[in-house]
Amino acid sequence: MPKRTDLESILIIGSGPIVIGQACEFDYSGTQACRVLKQEGYRVILANSNPATIMTDPDFADATYVEPLDVAILSKIIERERPDAVLPTLGGQTGLNLAMELQNNGILQAHGVELIGADAQAITTAEDREQFKNAMQEIGLEVARSGIARCMDDARRVIQTVGLPVIVRPAFILGGRGTGIADTIEEFEAIAAYGLECSPITEILIEESIRGWKEYELEVMRDRNDNCVVICSIENLDPMGVHTGDSITVAPAQTLSDVEYQQMRDGSFSCIRRVGVETGGSNVQWAVDPDTGRQLIIEMNPRVSRSSALASKATGFPIAKIATKLAVGYTLDEIPNDITKKTPASFEPTIDYVVTKVPRWAFEKFPGTSGVLGTSMQSVGEVMAIGRTFPESLQKALRSLEQGREGLNADFGEVLLESIETATLLEAAAVPTPDRVFELEALLRRGVGIDDIYDATGVDPWFLDQMLMITEERQRLVGLSLDSATEQDWRRAKQHGFSDAQLGYLWNVSDAQVRRARQQVGVRCTFKTVDTCAAEFEAATPYHYSTYEDTDEVSIGSCRERVIILGSGPNRIGQGIEFDYCCVHAAFALRDAGYETVMINCNPETVSTDYDTSDRLYFEPLTFEDVSNIIEIEDPIGVIVSLGGQTPLKLADRIPPELILGTSPDSIDRAEDRERWNAVCARLEIPQPASGTAVNRESALAIAERIGYPALVRPSYVLGGRAMQIVYDDDQLADAMEQIAGSGSLGREGGLSAQRPVLIDRFLEDATEVDVDAIRDNVGEVYIGSVMEHVEEAGVHSGDSACTIPPTHLGSSTVAVIEDYTRRIAHELDVCGLINVQFAVKAGQVFVLEANPRASRTVPFVAKATGVALAKVAARVMLGATLTELGAQGLLNRVVSDHVSIKEAVLPFNRFPEADAVLGPEMRSTGEVMAIDMTQGLAFVKSQLAAGTRLPDDGMVFMSLADRDKQVGVKAAKVFVDLGYSIAATSGTAAALRNAGIVVALEVAKLEDSGGLNAVDLIDRGDLKLVVNSPRGRGPRADGDHIRKAAGLAGLPLLTTAAAALATAGGLRDWKRHPLRVRSLQEYHRRTSVGAPERNGAIVDDTEVC
Amino acid sequence: MNYRLVLADGEEFSGVGIGADLPNGVAAGEVVFNTVLTGYQEVITDPSYAGQIITFTYPHIGNYGVNSSDDEASRPFCRGVIVRALARRVSSRRSEEHLDAFLRRHNVAGIAGVDTRRLTRHIRESGAMPAAFGPADRDVLAEAALREPGTSGADLVAQVTTRSPYVVGSGPRKVVVYDLGVKRTMLRRLAELATVKVVPAHTTADEVLATEPDGILLSNGPGDPTEAGPILKELPELIGALPIFGICLGHQVLALAFGGRTSKMKFGHHGGNVPVQDTRDNKVQITSQNHNFAVQTGSVPGVRETHVCLNDGVLEGFVHDELPVFAVQYHPEAGPGPHDSYHHFARFAELMDACRGSS
Repeated sequence: MPKRTDLESILIIGSGPIVIGQACEFDYSGTQACRVLKQEGYRVILANSNPATIMTDPDFADATYVEPLDVAILSKIIERERPDAVLPTLGGQTGLNLAMELQNNGILQAHGVELIGADAQAITTAEDREQFKNAMQEIGLEVARSGIARCMDDARRVIQTVGLPVIVRPAFILGGRGTGIADTIEEFEAIAAYGLECSPITEILIEESIRGWKEYELEVMRDRNDNCVVICSIENLDPMGVHTGDSITVAPAQTLSDVEYQQMRDGSFSCIRRVGVETGGSNVQWAVDPDTGRQLIIEMNPRVSRSSALASKATGFPIAKIATKLAVGYTLDEIPNDITKKTPASFEPTIDYVVTKVPRWAFEKFPGTSGVLGTSMQSVGEVMAIGRTFPESLQKALRSLEQGREGLNADFGEVLLESIETATLLEAAAVPTPDRVFELEALLRRGVGIDDIYDATGVDPWFLDQMLMITEERQRLVGLSLDSATEQDWRRAKQHGFSDAQLGYLWNVSDAQVRRARQQVGVRCTFKTVDTCAAEFEAATPYHYSTYEDTDEVSIGSCRERVIILGSGPNRIGQGIEFDYCCVHAAFALRDAGYETVMINCNPETVSTDYDTSDRLYFEPLTFEDVSNIIEIEDPIGVIVSLGGQTPLKLADRIPPELILGTSPDSIDRAEDRERWNAVCARLEIPQPASGTAVNRESALAIAERIGYPALVRPSYVLGGRAMQIVYDDDQLADAMEQIAGSGSLGREGGLSAQRPVLIDRFLEDATEVDVDAIRDNVGEVYIGSVMEHVEEAGVHSGDSACTIPPTHLGSSTVAVIEDYTRRIAHELDVCGLINVQFAVKAGQVFVLEANPRASRTVPFVAKATGVALAKVAARVMLGATLTELGAQGLLNRVVSDHVSIKEAVLPFNRFPEADAVLGPEMRSTGEVMAIDMTQGLAFVKSQLAAGTRLPDDGMVFMSLADRDKQVGVKAAKVFVDLGYSIAATSGTAAALRNAGIVVALEVAKLEDSGGLNAVDLIDRGDLKLVVNSPRGRGPRADGDHIRKAAGLAGLPLLTTAAAALATAGGLRDWKRHPLRVRSLQEYHRRTSVGAPERNGAIVDDTEVC
Repeated sequence: MNYRLVLADGEEFSGVGIGADLPNGVAAGEVVFNTVLTGYQEVITDPSYAGQIITFTYPHIGNYGVNSSDDEASRPFCRGVIVRALARRVSSRRSEEHLDAFLRRHNVAGIAGVDTRRLTRHIRESGAMPAAFGPADRDVLAEAALREPGTSGADLVAQVTTRSPYVVGSGPRKVVVYDLGVKRTMLRRLAELATVKVVPAHTTADEVLATEPDGILLSNGPGDPTEAGPILKELPELIGALPIFGICLGHQVLALAFGGRTSKMKFGHHGGNVPVQDTRDNKVQITSQNHNFAVQTGSVPGVRETHVCLNDGVLEGFVHDELPVFAVQYHPEAGPGPHDSYHHFARFAELMDACRGSS
């Protein structure tokens, strides 16, 4: 069937900010969808609030709305654009839920918009637990015993019939939020209550627990002619009970016989047909009882999912791209297989390697959380690795994580397990945690039997035996040395996935020595190809992985100059999609400029690991060893290390310096090394906060005495403000030093030493923080990308703070000083490419905080706000183009600013109810949104909406502020009262407000006071609409902690800084005057001025409007 | 023990021995590759692999052991097995035996640790070819590979067919199966519809017709259809007399009987993921396949070509214009592989019922 010609324009709803459970895999799928629809000649309208995505680049759609993903906003977009259809299946659960809301509200029908891919009936059948269960039983598939509850009375009735243990799953949630397993009736009461709260429709499924069963997923596609295919089967190493997003998973399935696999395949097809997904990809999850073989269908996602992205990367079959083609009418047999070019997409990929995915967590950022994995997803990113065998694949995946691990133990990280008694270790391994896989190997090494470990953990004996092979190989290797290992020994070790670093650990030499010795023996890695067909047909697509086999398949036939771009590895807090965006932009820009581009990355969620983003893709760990192997075979003219965040930068000084493109490693070190940096600032006469470096408690206290409190304490060589704290006195400082030096999570990451000292800066209270992104070329011209003013005061990590373009409260003279400092720093560091500089402005004086001569998190935001694609420009500059040349090519045409853009962080506190939801110098946000509107206030309100916080129209605002915040808080309160809100406040805050003449409607008791209503009571009663609570230190179980937690549980808008309160108040004021405006990026970017390097776009002072 | 694999064109691979010992130091046969991810036991026991050495492209083989219910024949007829990694510990409640022990019990040798991707790419480029493996010297193996005739021109059917007739199932219809190397799964599918009498490949048409069956199924089997033995002589008498369904080798001998031509493919179709389109409704079935020979498109007079392989355009099925005869090149019974084509058995039953009704 040919494509549909009755459609002209199609709306794609993206997935919004990166949150746990919904990461950049939907940028990958959405980008593919946009590309396909454009190629097919449709007008593409895109809505997505996430500026760091590739899909929201104005090139990928005809109308790109970087607007909140909210039904009211989407309705406005639909009214303006009048699309013929909505494709709801590529924007994750967010896109799907919004499409359903638009349908249920009648908006789609009112505008004659058709849902394509999956219709409302199909979505409901798959998503509504009860309907799904009934539908599956109707077609003879077995589901777990269960019942639905919409209130606690229901829940108590259901548990009578289902019986404990049970798993509770809220309806219409993403990433398993609010899901939990209850073994006792007390646990059941708590989990059921929380589950009801999490579900947007207040509904939970209570189901027999099948914890410990084997877990599988099948990625299925269907076309309009009812052709169905399985793209990939996935088996979880972690048995049922751990969310699949938190499980180590392996493709293809390893321990199913064909009889069992075909039964699952048949069931999956019956499922997609019964649910009624007419076209596209779906993900079907299965549980198998290892003792009886009983197969239960767990759930199906009627859309492209995280697993689809993994399956696409694992097989080379681009599910999102094909799903989009199917949605517009093609059938599978009409679409060619991209990889072979000759065979059609109507087949089932077969592979001749093993793919392992390992999640990456961030529990260390959320003190108070248990670190135990369960049915609610908690990981923030993942890596994938390809090997010819499972041992190789697993070891490659573990070293891809960049958590200091070089593989499955046999590295310094294993030392932590050594002191634990075997019985204790076995008990520990029975509880799923991020460390479990390492514990399993340690147990095997101590001789604990596979069956005993299986009994304790439920991890399949086949996987355990494969790990045991790694262990046995290690024990063989321990008996060898660098000199005694024969070629066969080397090959065996490498085929078991041992990295040079692991061998170095076992033999007590450096990985560089290992590499040299290995190469002398002639053992080098070979590159094989991901080709969807296990080599049956010739592959036209250069998508490779390394292994140790007989022959290499990479042929460098081209005479074009080659550039290697190092990607950013797994998503983590502090290093996410923004850096992938920069790497992808570099690939696009350099390809356009005639270079051959080579991408190295190990993150399956990303656009960078799409095989047609660059000329060649290596799906490999970003380690010295793996990157060096590729440099050797590719012989590039250069390597880009400054666009992928810390990951490639950490490798920079081990890559031959003549290959580093852009700013030199020495310049990077001058910015990174505290003493050298101080010298730079001194030379340039740019003021810095007073500071010092300490290697122990005594030196830290001495510095504090010199510079005074409050002080900002931060370890060196960490990302995202890891373990950064603000301390107000000697005791807090001593505690902070203790934590950094001690055996806590950070001790494990390297601890404290002369090489890794602690930096102590005087903390500038109530200062405005400013970020600048700029580009300097190799003839010394500088382009200021943008000056961004933070909404939260200095002290909140820049990644967690909202920021504004253009700056709204800085005078033009201050901006000029900031720009001047930025230029001088860029010159002094001899930057070639991007540089990000952070400043604090206090009482009109500008202090420089730090400079990073690399891509920053804000690059995509700046690009979307100003219309200048900074990363593309930077990539070209790194290869020698001058800003003048690029300006002449139109790459610096800057938007004439009649609007304000705000970037707001999105925080994952709802996933970690145990952690305190307060902002600080340690970054904890997982993603960001962008909002654009006429005034700062409107943009701010919009940014809150985009981040998931709908601010109240009226009602009572609760305020409880630290003393230092009261001055700003008073200003905010005044606006709230003027706008008709009433104020409740704790005694101290109330006094401050009354002193300023503000009416406090209700004075609230402290939690420990028995008399009167306290804030938690008010929240529970639903009396409050907005909570403003700024912390007084991070003491355990402080009042504020309870209040913030209660607000979080109640889903109330929560502001933890006075600055945010003031911005909110201003926003609400503007919002009462003007409705929010909806406009596409293309409209904003239409009015541009020709940019020149030294004359950046005018700063429009919007202060008046706010 | 270290083994070597040497192809007839001199290409060499190293590995270690698995399965049965090789007292002579050599095992020889024609090397083909199979791309299934699951179903190694069914593949190894498929009689159509008689004379061949099977390379599994998926690296981990043996993970779930073997069991008595997944055998496709009483024993394997293949000459050897080539894998990248043989599982040590197996994991499946269905497992009764380790694959290595199974291979030993059935006297099939194998070689593990081979860069099977390199081997597969070599066969893809150079075609399926004779080879030898074992602990013997390179020269001995090379010579054995050159001496090995491969599958062209050999009557392998005689080696794999049943010695005497037997009956399976108790369905309402009566079907005679010519055992050219029949797989048990095929009989299981048929037994759901009919009482199935399986007869040796040399059974005469008269003997078959005397039992008054409702239909005949010509099974799969190994080797070159032009060397498929007595069935080629008997077919003209059977065609037209009653409904006939041909599968794989059965498809090929039917084509020959109608005057069509067959030819050897470069490396054949061996896998469980082959897309076949029914040209009548454009529906695509993912099929299980195992054939080195194919019927040439357009060569068979009097038939309508109904199925085509989407990967390479190979003819995958036809129906006679007038006579109650149809055939498919692939394996609708699966075992191993997808169940997308089960409907051909129902189609056969309908054909038999229609013919019985009209006669």
